Amino acid sequence: MPPRRDYHDIKGTYILDGEHSRKGYDLNKFCMSLNQARNREAFSADEAAYLDRFAITTEQKQAVLDRDYLKLLQLGGNIYYTFKIAAHDGSTMQDVGAQMAGISVEQFKQELLDGGRRDIG
Amino acid sequence: MAEIIAGIGTSHVPAIGAAIDHGKTEDPYWKPLFDGYKPARRWMAEAAPDVAIVVYNDHASSFFLDRVPTFAIGVADRFPIADEGYGPRAVPAVEGAPELAWHLVDALVDDEFDMTICQELEVDHGLTVPLSILYDQPVSWPVKVIPLAVNVIQYPTPTARRCYKLGQAIRRAIASYPGSERIAILGTGGMSHQLQGERAGFINQDFDRAFFQRLADDPESLTKLTRTDYVRNAGSEGIELILWLIMRGALADDAALAYTHYHAPASNTGAGLCIFDDR
Repeated sequence: MPPRRDYHDIKGTYILDGEHSRKGYDLNKFCMSLNQARNREAFSADEAAYLDRFAITTEQKQAVLDRDYLKLLQLGGNIYYTFKIAAHDGSTMQDVGAQMAGISVEQFKQELLDGGRRDIG
Repeated sequence: MAEIIAGIGTSHVPAIGAAIDHGKTEDPYWKPLFDGYKPARRWMAEAAPDVAIVVYNDHASSFFLDRVPTFAIGVADRFPIADEGYGPRAVPAVEGAPELAWHLVDALVDDEFDMTICQELEVDHGLTVPLSILYDQPVSWPVKVIPLAVNVIQYPTPTARRCYKLGQAIRRAIASYPGSERIAILGTGGMSHQLQGERAGFINQDFDRAFFQRLADDPESLTKLTRTDYVRNAGSEGIELILWLIMRGALADDAALAYTHYHAPASNTGAGLCIFDDR
């Protein structure tokens, strides 16, 4: 039984503790591999085939193919790792942030310009 | 005797580095931030430290989750620029200060801080963006660098208090070094930001603005905050602010807060800079 943590009530936040890290280890390992140019080329050439080199679950694989960044966190990913997929696509942290927040990129940027987003209810 | 002459706290947002690299610092979005960096650059040029101990965190660049050092120190002659997934930043390689770095290892381990020793280390935006903020675009960096990487990604991260105590141990270590180096210590990262989850985009400007003065007058109060307090108040990635406590711990208690600058947002982050004059 994983211990209760005092950060579990912070909504919309996925902390990379031991439980999370075990779940996402191979997913994050795939993301880490994108630090090498030759791996980025192999991923671009055939995404599904490249993902099969890693011991990730079917659900994790689909979330990568779908670029579903919230799902990737829920399946054990960490943003510094999963963002490497986005950077490879030419997406920015604001594109990814908006998607995870469930709002448009324009609205996300505007809320930041207005002083930053607040806690979610 | 070697001495610490300055402590600097600064954000290390990748987009700030990109704005410098791509000549966007005069754009309306970036100008208010970079205008506030100008006095800091002048201050650094005048103070001219020989060595910078740069406390930063690696962002899935050199360290994977297979082995996670809580505190790691770079003792190499040279630190290449990491490819973080989109090619390395086009900035000069970072020159080390290996003799001083090994002295720090010796002294810190004897002082019960069990550092991970890195003879090969590629450095990422966490280390290079602060250099760009302080030195702009030189042909080579005008300072030798000792990278000090702190884990703030894989929990448990070190506590805020442990970071502050490491800073105090660094001060003792430098006092026992026979060289004549004049040293700046940089605490980097923060300020408030959350990159992940439905809470992405969270910024807490009140917390950030108060942080400077608390760091100056009452750093003890910041060491009492738990990691969850940092996540709650400064966002999940804002926990990087504990790195500023290593910097503060390495300074004299009465070091003077000489300059502060704050601007939000820089991309998804509250961006701050402060200089402590410890001469």
